[in-house]
Amino acid sequence: MAALEDVVKEGVDAETVEAVQGVAEKYKYGFETEIETEYAPLGLNEDIVRLISGKNDEPEWLLEWRLDAYRRWLQLEEPDWAMVDYPKIDFQDIYYYAKPASMNEKPKSLDEVDPKLLETYAKLGIPLKEQALLAGVEMPEGERKVAVDAVFDSVSVGTTFKEELGKAGVIFCSFSEAVKDHPELVRKYLASVVPISDNYYATLNSAVFSDGSFVYIPEGVKCPMELSTYFRINAENTGQFERTLIIAEKGSKVSYLEGCTAPQRDTNQLHAAVVEIVVMEDADVKYSTVQNWYPGDENGLGGIYNFVTKRADCRGDRAKVMWTQVETGSAVTWKYPSCILRGDDSQGEFYSIAIANNYQQADTGTKMIHLGKRTKSRIVSKGISAGRAQNTYRGLVTMHPRAKNSRNYTQCDSLLIGNKCGAHTVPYIEVKNNSSRVEHEATTSKVDDEQLFYCLQRGVGEEEAVALIVNGFVKEVLQSLPMEFAMEAQKLVAISLEGSVG
Amino acid sequence: MATAAKNMDATEALIAAYVAPATEGKWARDARLRALTTLRENGVPVRRDEYWKFTNPARLLEPVKPATILETSEASMFDDIDKLLVVFEDGVLLTDLSDDLTLEGVEIETLASAMSKDIHWVGDIYGALEANGQNPVSRPMAALNTAVATEGLVIRVTGQVTKPIALRYMRSGADTDVMVHTVIKLEEGADLTLLESGPAAARLNSSLEVEVADSAAFHHVRAQGRDHERLAATHMFARLGKESRFKSFTLTVNGALTRNEAVIEFTGDNAFATVSGASAGDGAYHHDDTVFITHDAMNCESRQVFKKVLRNGATGVFQGKILVPAHAQKTDGYQIAQGLLLDDDCTFLAKPELEIYADDVICSHGSTCGAVDETALFYLTSRGVPKSEAQDMLVLAFMDESIQEIEDEVLANAIRNRLGGWMERHRG
Repeated sequence: MAALEDVVKEGVDAETVEAVQGVAEKYKYGFETEIETEYAPLGLNEDIVRLISGKNDEPEWLLEWRLDAYRRWLQLEEPDWAMVDYPKIDFQDIYYYAKPASMNEKPKSLDEVDPKLLETYAKLGIPLKEQALLAGVEMPEGERKVAVDAVFDSVSVGTTFKEELGKAGVIFCSFSEAVKDHPELVRKYLASVVPISDNYYATLNSAVFSDGSFVYIPEGVKCPMELSTYFRINAENTGQFERTLIIAEKGSKVSYLEGCTAPQRDTNQLHAAVVEIVVMEDADVKYSTVQNWYPGDENGLGGIYNFVTKRADCRGDRAKVMWTQVETGSAVTWKYPSCILRGDDSQGEFYSIAIANNYQQADTGTKMIHLGKRTKSRIVSKGISAGRAQNTYRGLVTMHPRAKNSRNYTQCDSLLIGNKCGAHTVPYIEVKNNSSRVEHEATTSKVDDEQLFYCLQRGVGEEEAVALIVNGFVKEVLQSLPMEFAMEAQKLVAISLEGSVG
Repeated sequence: MATAAKNMDATEALIAAYVAPATEGKWARDARLRALTTLRENGVPVRRDEYWKFTNPARLLEPVKPATILETSEASMFDDIDKLLVVFEDGVLLTDLSDDLTLEGVEIETLASAMSKDIHWVGDIYGALEANGQNPVSRPMAALNTAVATEGLVIRVTGQVTKPIALRYMRSGADTDVMVHTVIKLEEGADLTLLESGPAAARLNSSLEVEVADSAAFHHVRAQGRDHERLAATHMFARLGKESRFKSFTLTVNGALTRNEAVIEFTGDNAFATVSGASAGDGAYHHDDTVFITHDAMNCESRQVFKKVLRNGATGVFQGKILVPAHAQKTDGYQIAQGLLLDDDCTFLAKPELEIYADDVICSHGSTCGAVDETALFYLTSRGVPKSEAQDMLVLAFMDESIQEIEDEVLANAIRNRLGGWMERHRG
C-alpha cells in the first residue's frame, strides 16, 4: 500500500510505477475543442455584471439583482474553514463570460448548432440527437430516453426533447430562455432556496451566472423521461458559473442527472455553481451528479476548483428529495448538497462517493435541516483517498424543536489507499427535541488485507482486486444511481484507483 | 485553528483582573511569561471561534457574580475508600483538614512551594504540556491559568502508590473565583490513582498536567460539585510514554456552565488511554466535554466514551477529535457520544471528528441522541416497576457504559451511587 515514492525507493514493479504515472493521462475527457470563442474582458467589476446581463438580454430587475449580489460579494470574505489548501484565487484574472462565436446567433434547433459543438458532446458520449427518435425509430430495449441540456462554457448549446416534454407540461430549457419565457416563475423562485448572499461563492454566482438549466414540473406530472444537464468547460482561463433551478409542483416527480468535464490544462479554473430545488407537497426529486471535472495531473498541476452550493427545500408535506453524487474530478471540491425538510413527513437522502487521487482535495458532505414533524433523512457517504489526496466528510444534522418524531441515520466511511493521503470526518449533530432520533457512525480503515489476499490467491491482479473491493465498499451508493450512471460510475471507480496500489 | 478574532481589550482586561504573583523562581516566571504571550496572541475565546461554537464563553470571562450556594455541605465523595486526603477551600490548601502529605512512592508539594525555588523538576512540565496543547486549537483559559495560578499541588510518583490521593475542593464564599493548577509526574513503571471531588468555587478554572512515563499508569476519577450555580472551565493535559496507561473519568451533575477540556498526546508506542464522562443536567445547565487526542506513536489505543442525560432545558455538548498522523500506524481510536433527552426542550450538540493520515488504522466514532426507549419502559412498568423507577433504571443503564471505563469497581460504584442519588432528586 505504498505511495509512488516508496515504490520507487524499494525498486519494485516498474510496471506499477508506470501505471501510477499514467494515471493523469487516463482522464479521457481532457481534450479541447478548437473553436472560436468570444470572451468578456478579463476581470470582474460592475460593467462585467452588466455585460453578462446584457448578453442574455435580461430584464432590469435581474440586472439589479445581480448588481446587488456583486456589491454584497465585495463585502464578503472568502471562507477558510474547509480542509482544503490552495493558492489564493485572483478573481480579477478570470474571464467571467465565454461563448462559442457560433452561438452569437442562437440556433433555432439542434440542426443549426455548430457541428464542432455537437461533435464535442458526441465524443463525451452525450447524445444530443433526437431526430431519429422523433422520426419513430424504436429505441433499443432497455434504453431510456434522456432529455439533455448541454451547457458549453457560459451558454446553453441546446436542449433536446423540449417538445415532447412540453406535451406533458414540463418546462426544460436553459436558464436564459426561462428568464425570457417564464419570468414569473424565475422571479418567484430564484434565490428562494439559496439566498442571494448565502455564502461567498453563491453570492459570486448570483452576480455573474451566465446560464444553466431550468426545470418546472407541473402539479401531478411524472416527468416522462430523465432530464440531464451536461456542463463542459472548454475555454481557457474562464470560470463557469451556472445556475440551476428545479421546481417540482405538488405530486410531481422527476429524476435529474448532471455531468461535468473539462479539458486538461496546467492552470486552475474556477467553477462556482448554484443549484436550487423547490419540492412541493408529495413531490419527488432525484438529483444525481457525476462530477468529473479535470482533477489536475499527478503533480497536482491544473484542475478545476469546484465550489458549489446545492440545496433542496422540501416545502410541502411528504416532499422527497434524493441527492446522489459521484465525485471523482476537480483539484479542489467544496460542496454540500443540502436538504431543508420543512414539510411534515418530508424526506431527504444523500448518497455520496468521493474519490480523491494524486493531489486532489475534497471537502464535501451534506446538511439535513429537520424543521417539520416526522421528517426523515439518511446520509451514506463513502470517501476514498489515494496518492496524496485529502478527503473530508463535513456534515450537519439538525433537529429543530418543532421537528418532533424525526429520524436521521448517518453513515460515513473512509478508505485510505497508501500512507501519504488523509481522510477526515467533521460531523455536526444538533438535536433540540427528545422525540427525534439521530444516529451517526463512521469508520476509517484501509483495504482489508484478507479480502485482498482472497482475491490475489484466486488469480485476480492486485489493482483489479482493489477496484473490486472498493466497488463493494461503495456499492450502497452506486445502487441508488440511475442505471446509466451506475455503469459509468463503476468505470470511474476503477479508473481513479488504478495505479494507486504499490 | 486559531481564534477567529482577537479580542484584545477583553484579553487585557482579563489579565489585569488577576494580580500578578509575587516573587517566584526563574522557571515559574518564564512559564508565566510564555503563557501570557500565548494568551495575548490568541485572545480570549469568543462565540465565533469554532471550538466555542456550542458553548458561549462569555460567562467564564465576566467578573464573578455572587452565586447562591445550595450545597454548603457538599456530600463528600469516596468516604469509604482508604486514601490520602488533601482538602482545599476556595482553592487554598487546608493543612488541618488534610492528611499528612507523606506517602510511600510519592512526593507531594504545594505549587507555591515549588514556585518559590529557582530550580525544580516541575519546571519541565508546568505550562509545557499546556503550551503543547495550544496547537492546533488555542485554549486561552488554560493559558490564563498557567499565567496566574498559585494554588495546587505538584506530585511526583516514583513507584506503586498504595492508596489513592483524593483532592477535595470545598467552597465557602458566594463569589469565589478560583484557579488551581496541579502537575503530576509519573516516573517509569509508577502507578497512581487521583480522585477529585467538590464544587471548588463559584467559578473555577483548573488545569491538570500529567506526564506519564513509559509503562506507568494513571487513574483519575473526578466528581464535579453538585452546586447548581457554579461555573467551571477545567483542563487536563496528558503526555503518554510507551506502554503507559491513562484512564480519566468525570461525573458532572449540575453546574450552570461546565467546560471540561482534555488534551491527550501519545508519544510512545503501545500505550492506552480512555477519557470518559457521565453528565446529568436539569434546568438551565450546560455541560461541554471537549476532547482532543493525538496519536503521535504507533499501535496505541484511545477511547472516548461520553453519556449525557438531560432534562428541563439542559444542554449537553460533546466535541471530540482523534488526530492520527501518517506515522501512527496500527492506531485504534474509538469515540462515542450519546445523549438521552428526558423531555422535549433539551439540546444535545455533538461534533465527533476524525483527522487521519495513516492508512493502517481503525478509527470509528458514533453519536446517537433520543428519548428513553418506550418499549423498554413499557416492559418494566408492565412488570410492576413504578414508572419513575423504571426510567431511573433505564437512565442508569444508559450511563453505565461510561462508568465501566473506570477500572476500580469500588470507585465505579461510588459514581453509580452519586448518579443514582441525582436521579432520585431530579425525577420529572
